[in-house]
Amino acid sequence: MGRWRLLRALACTLVGIYLIAPLVVVLIISFSSAAFLRFPPPGFSLRWYANLANDPAWIDATWVSIQVLVPTAVLSTALGTAAALALIRGRLPGAGFLGAALMAPLVVPGIITSAGLYIIYRTIGLNGTLTGMVIGHVVVTLPYVIATVGSALRSLDPRLEAAAATLGAPPSAAFRRITLPLLAPAVLSSMLFAAVLSFDELIVSLFVGSARLRTVPVQMWSNIRGDFDPTVAAIASLCFLVALIALGLEALLRRRNGDRE
Amino acid sequence: MISPELGPILELRGIRKHYGRHAAVDDVSLKLRHGEFLTFLGPSGSGKTTTLMMVAGLQQPDSGQIILAGKPVDRLPPYKRDIGMVFQHYALFPHMTVRRNVAFPLEMRGTPRAEAERMVTAALAMVGLPDHGDRLPRQLSGGQQQRVALARAMVYRPALLLMDEPLGALDKALREGLQLEIKRLHREQRMSVLYVTHDQSEALTMSDRIAVFDGGRIQQIGTPSDLYERPATRFVAGFVGETNFVPAELLGREGEARRALVAGVPMPVSARFLAAPGTPAVLAIRPERLRLSAPADDDGGGVPAELVDLIYLGNARRFVLRLPGGQEWSAVMQAEAAEAVMLRPGDAVRLSWNEVHATAFPA
Ligand SMILES: Nc1ncnc2c1ncn2[C@@H]1O[C@H](COP(=O)(O)OP(=O)(O)OP(=O)(O)O)[C@@H](O)[C@H]1O
Ligand SMILES: [Mg+2]
Repeated sequence: MGRWRLLRALACTLVGIYLIAPLVVVLIISFSSAAFLRFPPPGFSLRWYANLANDPAWIDATWVSIQVLVPTAVLSTALGTAAALALIRGRLPGAGFLGAALMAPLVVPGIITSAGLYIIYRTIGLNGTLTGMVIGHVVVTLPYVIATVGSALRSLDPRLEAAAATLGAPPSAAFRRITLPLLAPAVLSSMLFAAVLSFDELIVSLFVGSARLRTVPVQMWSNIRGDFDPTVAAIASLCFLVALIALGLEALLRRRNGDRE
Repeated sequence: MISPELGPILELRGIRKHYGRHAAVDDVSLKLRHGEFLTFLGPSGSGKTTTLMMVAGLQQPDSGQIILAGKPVDRLPPYKRDIGMVFQHYALFPHMTVRRNVAFPLEMRGTPRAEAERMVTAALAMVGLPDHGDRLPRQLSGGQQQRVALARAMVYRPALLLMDEPLGALDKALREGLQLEIKRLHREQRMSVLYVTHDQSEALTMSDRIAVFDGGRIQQIGTPSDLYERPATRFVAGFVGETNFVPAELLGREGEARRALVAGVPMPVSARFLAAPGTPAVLAIRPERLRLSAPADDDGGGVPAELVDLIYLGNARRFVLRLPGGQEWSAVMQAEAAEAVMLRPGDAVRLSWNEVHATAFPA
């Protein structure tokens, strides 16, 4: 018994270290005083964060990321919720096929989805535009929204909607007053998730972006390939912080929802 | 309060519903009078819920007609049929307080705020929960949730109240208390009620009339005493109340009152089917209708049997009897009468009955 528990604790610790170590290394390097990636750093400074704040390339990239992330999160959530409702509650012919098609970006290699988008965009002139970027991000974030909202919808008792109908609620009112409020936690958490995914997205952004339309990950990518300094570590640490905040918000949301159930 | 002068509030004409090739509801017709309490009673899977769902408009019949308050409602969605429905598992809205739940149907009808508030308060008082308005459903016990569901379905005074096993999930004491409460509300609010249960004693105590379902068909529809005293089919005799089923052989002329050989003894029976003498039949005799006598005060009549066991039921006694052929019958007598016959296990007895209490069915 004791030996098993020891072994389990050891395994958990190792897996934990394996998962967290890279993050910790990046975090430490971001505070390095050296002008190159070295671990452990010879000293500490905030110069890479200052660099980040003063470099117009990074500021532009952040601004582009935000301009993409906000409409992506909103559109992806709205469309994904509608799709989940149609797939699960509706009586669509070929719902199985449609669902599989919508979930495809999860299993199709990102590079293929991106190349496909790039080819289509070239004919309709969407490459290098914000619109094209948002559409691309919606395509790759949609499956997550559909999965999250869909599983919440599956666990929602359909008798509640039936009860609302017998009490005099037309379908639109039943949706507004019953279904949507009960799905709200899942909808909000999938919106957060879509925002984080969009903020992290690299491949689609690489393909459909341009020299002037660069998101943060694209900027990181080109930075790593060019003059490689700890600025990348600083921005990575900030990204990590954003993800952490999103996770915290999500947990908070779930707690509140848990109180209600 | 049944008001026959108003005509039926609900009429079903030849309703059918198939799932695949299986008939869930098969040619159901009935009329529900204004103010009547009608119960669907039947075993699991007999089509009670499906019928109720079609009345509510939550499912569509394959054929047949539903007429609500004089108007066919075939194309009318549920939210336009003036009905209230109580579901088996309450179906309260988990994100709304009790008051908001009960106010929901009034909101949907555009009832002015102040009036709605007043009606909600009255409805909660009616079901005995005046102080629970600000709680969420999950903060209530099962019985309390059920009462909120009741208040919510009644607050807008629907023309027809549908209840699908509303007490199914509750324990016995709570169930009996709520049965009386529902009956009281039915009486005071003068509502027409369609009630579903598979508990025959609940059906007998609550209903003006009962429709017994089996295999998607109505086997018999009538008052509790019709069903209990004059079951139309062997299924009804067995499903409603307790019954001894006794093999017999019909004798004598054809018609209602006749005789049959029971364990070799000619006995009076009533048969509502025509059959030639010599036809085998099954008699249904209620335990409380069996008369027991000691062979000593023998007038020659009666089926001989042996008393094998005497079971104490508090207010009554159950006699377990064995016939020469080995079949066991059960007789029940009120305490006073049972003590007066002074029988003990092992004693020989004779069994007899009034002919109206032994109904013969085709074997
Ligand atoms: N959605 C469905 N799909 C297929 N078959 C169904 C469906 N709903 C009901 N049935 C079938 O129809 C028949 C009648 O079902 P119904 O729910 O009306 O029975 P019930 O009398 O209400 O039973 P219970 O007392 O168990 O609630 C059953 O054989 C059931 O299996
Ligand atoms: Mg049922």
